[in-house]
Amino acid sequence: MDFSIGIKGQDYVILAEDMNAAHSIILNQQDHTKMLDLNDHLLLARTGELGDGVQCAEYLQKNIQLYQLRNGYEMRSNAAANYIRKYLADSIRSQEPMNVNILLAAYDTISKEPQLYYIDYMGSMATVPFAAHGHGALFSLGIIDRYYSRSMSRDEALSVLKKCIVELKKRFIVNYTSFNVQVVDSQGIHQLDRIVA
Amino acid sequence: MSIDEYNGSAIVAMTGKDCVAIATDTRFGVQRTTITTDFERVHKMGPTLYVAMSGLVTDAYTVAARLKYRLNLYELRENRPVNPKVFVSMVSNLLYERRFGPYFSTPVVAGLDPTSGKPFIAGFDCIGDPTIGTDFVTDGTSGEQLMGMCEAFWRPDLNKDELFEAISQSLLNAQDRDSYAGWGAQVYIIEKDKVTKKILKARKD
Repeated sequence: MDFSIGIKGQDYVILAEDMNAAHSIILNQQDHTKMLDLNDHLLLARTGELGDGVQCAEYLQKNIQLYQLRNGYEMRSNAAANYIRKYLADSIRSQEPMNVNILLAAYDTISKEPQLYYIDYMGSMATVPFAAHGHGALFSLGIIDRYYSRSMSRDEALSVLKKCIVELKKRFIVNYTSFNVQVVDSQGIHQLDRIVA
Repeated sequence: MSIDEYNGSAIVAMTGKDCVAIATDTRFGVQRTTITTDFERVHKMGPTLYVAMSGLVTDAYTVAARLKYRLNLYELRENRPVNPKVFVSMVSNLLYERRFGPYFSTPVVAGLDPTSGKPFIAGFDCIGDPTIGTDFVTDGTSGEQLMGMCEAFWRPDLNKDELFEAISQSLLNAQDRDSYAGWGAQVYIIEKDKVTKKILKARKD
């Protein structure tokens, strides 16, 4: 029942996710952050099993940091995305597969390009202009299709995001009270105001 | 819901006179939902050797990456581009290693022999049984539709323009009858001295 959404612009990527932490029918927390900075220019939003998500995200974060310590420079976005993909592809055929879907927002400081990667729990990966995971995706993708353009400003992207949230509030059975929004750009990862549905 | 239909794809390779063509759709979908419409299924393995992967996208990536790894080592040792027949054995071996837990993705190989320039196409099943085609090879969720279309359009000794027309029409009309494939199409025409990639105007539904 998680939801995450990413929108890529000319020089930024906005990632947003719901803040519910639920187990079965019980909502444990309504302000739980599920996004994690993997390094200065990599942001990971995850949906799926909560426990798996934490283990997976922290493991990836530590390994990406280790790469940086060993080599003296940040892991590039494409390398990190493929590393994460392989981790999930190996996991799906192991004894205990990780049930985590990932949206990876990145800013490649060398090519000066923002990137958004859609990686599902089996390790399928695609570079996308916008994407969403979870049941909420079925409601949101059509809305973003209608209003998206590569040259849109951050405010325009946020307004499209808000349109999606309004739609979820109206038509989706799960009640998301608030959404955590972060943006990745050349300066790094920034926290934006939470969107309260 | 079969695992082969989880992502969906349409892949076809055709031979012509001193040229081959390989064409795929460009939809990346997860069951009914389309995620992206510019998904690249074709991977370059040599100056005139291309492979397109069908089926489950995660395995398509893994197989393509492992193939490229083995191919790179081969070319470093042998110091020459690989012969398509040898490449087929390489693919077959890689897939059969997973005989009892197979990759849910099958490659389609299209290329020219580096020395003789003869056209070469091949298809596989998921455990590596190779089928070296003489006319055309099809794969993906639209495999059957493509077989019928190719049978109608293909004839021997097509030149590169006729080949492009034949493969394009086969792909476009076959993928229109398959809900899991489509949303764009691209064709690679491989000749002895150049490779042309053309993006087709396809139905986006």
